[in-house]
Amino acid sequence: MSASILEVNGLSKRFRGLQAVDDVSFAVPRGGIVALIGPNGAGKTTTFNLIAGAIPPDAGRVRLDGVDITGFRADRACHAGIARTFQLVKPFGALSVLENVVVGALKATAHMPTARRAALDLLERLGLAEKASLPAASLTLPERKRLETARALATRPKILLLDEVMSGLRPTEIDAMVATFAVLVRESGLSILLTEHVMRAVMALSHHIVVLHHGQKICEGTPEVVARDPQVLECYLGHTPH
Amino acid sequence: MSGLSPRAALALALLILLLLALPLAANSYLVSVAVVALFAAYFGQAWNIMTGFAGQLSLGHALYVGLGAYAAAALFTHWGVSPWLGMVAGMAVAGLAGAFIAALSFRFRVGGVYFALLTIAFAEFTRILFDHFPWVGSTEGLFLPVKNLDHDDPLHLSGSPAMFYYLLLALTLALLALSHHLLNRRAGYYWQAIREDEEAARALGIDVFRYKVAAMALSAALTALGGGFLAFYDKNLYPDTSFAIGRSIDIITAPIIGGLGTLIGPILGAFVLTGLGETMTWATDAFGIIGLKQFAYGAALLAIVVFQPAGLWPWLKRLARLDAPAPRR
Repeated sequence: MSASILEVNGLSKRFRGLQAVDDVSFAVPRGGIVALIGPNGAGKTTTFNLIAGAIPPDAGRVRLDGVDITGFRADRACHAGIARTFQLVKPFGALSVLENVVVGALKATAHMPTARRAALDLLERLGLAEKASLPAASLTLPERKRLETARALATRPKILLLDEVMSGLRPTEIDAMVATFAVLVRESGLSILLTEHVMRAVMALSHHIVVLHHGQKICEGTPEVVARDPQVLECYLGHTPH
Repeated sequence: MSGLSPRAALALALLILLLLALPLAANSYLVSVAVVALFAAYFGQAWNIMTGFAGQLSLGHALYVGLGAYAAAALFTHWGVSPWLGMVAGMAVAGLAGAFIAALSFRFRVGGVYFALLTIAFAEFTRILFDHFPWVGSTEGLFLPVKNLDHDDPLHLSGSPAMFYYLLLALTLALLALSHHLLNRRAGYYWQAIREDEEAARALGIDVFRYKVAAMALSAALTALGGGFLAFYDKNLYPDTSFAIGRSIDIITAPIIGGLGTLIGPILGAFVLTGLGETMTWATDAFGIIGLKQFAYGAALLAIVVFQPAGLWPWLKRLARLDAPAPRR
């Protein structure tokens, strides 16, 4: 058993003329929370898509729990233990909130009562239990992001990929979400890889931060180290402070 | 997903009792009309699995009606094969055809309107093929020997409209039960997830290709079963009517009017449309206005699309408060 749940090595993807992801390597330790940050267009979502199987990489390897899953189709990546949310949320609008999560829970069991119970538990954790019987299309954007998270968690992943689930939330809601994830990681041994623009959440939640810029990794380390890195400040603020 | 409230269960039980008693009280004309409605209900339900549940638009379901009808009829007239066995053969042929068309389309990522066009193309192609297929009578048609009309013989599917009425009622209710079962199992949840968002479905571990092909194969096989009954009810088959685009359109009208993707919608839509059609036929004769029936169909479709795009059933359900109770722990 390797110490890392997820290992990414030399991952690269080119779209026409644009090198979206360029030789990116990093690892997520078992039970760890790693944040992937960078300005818009840095290649964060593409990296997610390459790991979760939405698109195949041009080069590089992805290993999950010691198993090579490079180029796996998304459904096979999910069965291997990867769950993800989408930055542009994709709820099953005509289904109820509960049914959305049941779809995820049916990966682990075909027994409907078990799947419903698991789904209700997750809705409770993410504060959506009251809305269980409403159509998903009726939720607000922050609620839809929580629904995406509950649905992804229902597949009982080894690692959860969160694509900007905090954006659009109020500071108190962010703190509540951060607390929820901290509890999940502590109780279930879940590992998380997240991208986020909300620095409040990144700093509070992550043990380790990987910074991407123009598809390349420019820096990684603990939140304290990354926050002082001159290159990071350069790409975020456009100048180095005196 | 579709648990029944006590009110809804009571309404359903009353409706079934009413349907069971219908041939006892109605004249033979009304029974024939009810048979037409039941055929529409059954085909609409079968189509609903693929388009209503799994979200893959088929505009060529006449293909499977025709395959089921021709398989049962040809096996019976040529070799005296029991209609029931013939229908099983028809289901197998249609199921394979459906799986083939689906696999071909989805493998090459043909979706949406292009997939719908492809389903029409396959139905038309088969119609032309059967026009030049002497074993099934080509354009001359295939006729089933009429016998035993004086008594009902379900074993050979020969008898009165009332016999067909009961057989089709049983078939329609059986498909309703099957649809309900599927919708509340993994397959039904996965189909609806695919209908709502394929990428999200795939990210939740769903083998989208496999579930879409399965929906198409099942829908096609069930449609072919209805086709077998239709062959023995009509007793004559022509490629031009069996595989007609008009029939494909008729099949999809009832579920759309009644409520796409709902359990009761196709049945409700079929009875409403057949009732409307017969009333208009009567009105055409009474007032001598040609084309009133087509006009009424068009107007009904337009009214639904504009005022109740989700269909009659979701609207009725709200009015009568037949919704399932909120989920409990």
